[in-house]
Amino acid sequence: MAQREKDQHSGTETTGHEWDGIKELDTPLPRWWLIIWYATIVIAVVYWILMPAWPTLNGYTHGILHASDRMQVEKDLAALKAQRGRQGVILQQASLEEIEKDPNLQAYAMAAGQAIFGDNCAPCHGAGGGGGKGYANLRDDIWLWGGSLDQIRQTITHGVRSGDPEAHVSQMPSFGRDGLLKPNEVDDLTEYVVALSHRKADAAAVARAAPIFSQQCAACHGPQGMGNQLVGAPNLTDTDWLYGSDRQSIHDQIWFGRGGVMPAWGKRLDEASIKAVTVYVHVNSGGSGQPSGPLPTTAVASPMSSNVTP
Amino acid sequence: MSETKSSLSAAPADVIAVFAFSAIGLIWSLCAAAFADDAPFRVHAYIFIAAFGLGLTWLTLGIADGRFRFRQDRYSDSVIRAGVYASLFWGVVGMLVGVIIACQLAWPSLFYFPSAGWLNFGRLRPVHTSGVIFAFGGNVLITTAFYVVQRTCRARLWGGIAPWFVFWGYQLFIVLAATGYVMGVTQGKEYAEPEWYVDLWLTIVWVMYLLVFLGTIWKRKEPHIYVANWFFLAFLVTIAVLHITNNLAIPIGPFASKSYDVFSGVQDALTQWWYGHNAVGFFLTAAFLAIMYYFMPKRAERPIYSYRLSIVHFWALIFIYIWAGPHHLHYTALPQWAQTLGMTFSIMLWMPSWGGMINGLMTLSGAWDKLRTDPVLRMMVAALAFYGMSTFEGPVMSVREVNALSHYTDWTIGHVHSGALGWVGFISFGALYCLVPWLWKKKQMYSNALIEWHFWVAFTGIVLYITSMWVSGIGEGLMWRKYTPQGFLAYTFIESVSAKHVEYIIRMLGGLMYLSGTLIMVYNVWRTIRGDAPAEEAVTDLAYPAQAATAAE
Repeated sequence: MAQREKDQHSGTETTGHEWDGIKELDTPLPRWWLIIWYATIVIAVVYWILMPAWPTLNGYTHGILHASDRMQVEKDLAALKAQRGRQGVILQQASLEEIEKDPNLQAYAMAAGQAIFGDNCAPCHGAGGGGGKGYANLRDDIWLWGGSLDQIRQTITHGVRSGDPEAHVSQMPSFGRDGLLKPNEVDDLTEYVVALSHRKADAAAVARAAPIFSQQCAACHGPQGMGNQLVGAPNLTDTDWLYGSDRQSIHDQIWFGRGGVMPAWGKRLDEASIKAVTVYVHVNSGGSGQPSGPLPTTAVASPMSSNVTP
Repeated sequence: MSETKSSLSAAPADVIAVFAFSAIGLIWSLCAAAFADDAPFRVHAYIFIAAFGLGLTWLTLGIADGRFRFRQDRYSDSVIRAGVYASLFWGVVGMLVGVIIACQLAWPSLFYFPSAGWLNFGRLRPVHTSGVIFAFGGNVLITTAFYVVQRTCRARLWGGIAPWFVFWGYQLFIVLAATGYVMGVTQGKEYAEPEWYVDLWLTIVWVMYLLVFLGTIWKRKEPHIYVANWFFLAFLVTIAVLHITNNLAIPIGPFASKSYDVFSGVQDALTQWWYGHNAVGFFLTAAFLAIMYYFMPKRAERPIYSYRLSIVHFWALIFIYIWAGPHHLHYTALPQWAQTLGMTFSIMLWMPSWGGMINGLMTLSGAWDKLRTDPVLRMMVAALAFYGMSTFEGPVMSVREVNALSHYTDWTIGHVHSGALGWVGFISFGALYCLVPWLWKKKQMYSNALIEWHFWVAFTGIVLYITSMWVSGIGEGLMWRKYTPQGFLAYTFIESVSAKHVEYIIRMLGGLMYLSGTLIMVYNVWRTIRGDAPAEEAVTDLAYPAQAATAAE
């Protein structure tokens, strides 16, 4: 079997082995291949000498450069702080109003706020803050929980129904699902809300629903349906609503009483970041902080408002 | 070696053993269905019942017919023919799911099905990865390993019916894994998603696979073990060790699908990527090199370029590869010294990897002209070119400074696919194009032109895929690290996502072309097996094992 023979094409001998017609040439290792391989080994050894590399009984070899990722991160953060400069420090100390009034500081806060907003808030509120169904539009000046600088900071820091002790909490009842109202009453109420927002509605149904509204809804939404920011109740005389304003959406909202959750960012972002993003949201919204309609003067106490933190 | 007693083996003890095992399995799965803690586990118990039930029926009928009395002087090829079918079937499934999830990434709102949770990207992604790696790749490896080990050992597969147990057991593993993924059963480890009971089943099948292979080598009629078999053996042993270690877990109950890992934190991460990287090293590299070492010289009809190179690069490859896993965990909680080792071993791995490419390509010296006329050989050469490219790209990406840019980006996806589509896919197609005429006793494939089409369509698909991923990967990597002059991140994450839209469409097209190539192949194989090969187009003289007194069964 082991018959070495000369390959006609290459002039190299075979090893003499053969499997299913496959033979092997006895070619030596390619020189360039060997040289590069040795070179990579040299590179590795040099790297081991310079950098942290091999574990030892009570630690590891630190390398003569004493490089360390942790130290590098600290250096990078320090460099970033230096790059952000004096304004970064001022941002931490200045009040929200001062930040917004000083054009330089405001521009700085807007730049920081944009970066923070993009990675933390945009997933729900949209890249431009335009919101979506179930997520508030932050580009208009219509607010569920108030649009002043302090109110925005409060909402960002503690969130909505987030579990944070100071979070905004309120819950619209699920009037249909929980049987608080009969299906036909929910239908009538839907027409009533359509009429409230100045659209054509079934007059008979509106009339039937009027007493239900004042009994069940006015406590939070106000007798005229103008809303109440203390309990996050939207103004029902416009149509800028979280869960949509067509008949089906209104019906679903009365039926299920949906309410979303916003995280408490105070646990995730530092003070300066929250300030920056507050200013960013405030400025982008138009910055008046006034609700779209006149504030209801008669905020009626309701079972729901008892657990509301102003 | 025609054994004079060419007799039928007396008592099919192997059949009885498999029968008994299946009966026990059936009883266990009936209990599992009865006492299942959760719905997915019950579904899987039903699948086990069906599998063991079908197996027992088949065994009973076969024993009654005396079908399992094999002639020891003949190669066991029917299981290999089944392997060809399974490889092509799972190849199409896995690649199709790949195209679907590429569409989901390119048009996330168009291909979003909130009412069918099992169609979500998160569920389908492991179906794609496991589908192409383990279902397609795994079946190709079972098929080729069983073929190659018989021919290079001049011995029938060991274990009587055991190879069939390996084949069907492996298909059952694939079905369990895939149905588990769409039902949301996962242990959350990349490329090792199946839960504990599916892992245990695979362990049984895998050990049997190893035993069949070892048994065949044990009874070989050749004095030496061919290099392809070293690679297959390294693959079989190492995958067994990796699979068992990485999947060590404690189930929450004997009939529950959920389990908890014995490792946690950074130890878990390191174990996972020790596994994950060596799944690439031993499954997708070593084992497919074994395919190359047999089919390349067979097809080119030239001797292997260098025996010495094959020895040196084999041992270097398997000793160095096993250390490279930590490069998946750069700049994480993994201690920096471990990252250093992962990186430096990856650099030292470059030349040992290239040894296989050199040995394959240089085997063609004296036969380069065949590349013009033989698209199958060209496919295998292209496979080696992609292999060389991705085994150079890998060490480059393992350098910490490069990884700082490339990690978590689409560059990684492109890198994986240049290896997977280019190397693993093309070497598999090449081997299957060789095998089909050999196994079904045809002179050649039905259509050489269709192989040309397959080659060029798939090749263009790969190029589109990897170039689009380079662009999107490096692009998003640069966006993530870009700061404004004031020192704030210039781009939000979502901006980097929407910036990749066009690249994602190109990637989807590349994948679609690759799938189309595979469909062309399926048609070609079907026509060949049906017996439609034209008589006049005799291109190459693909002989059956020439010196084999051992005829194929």
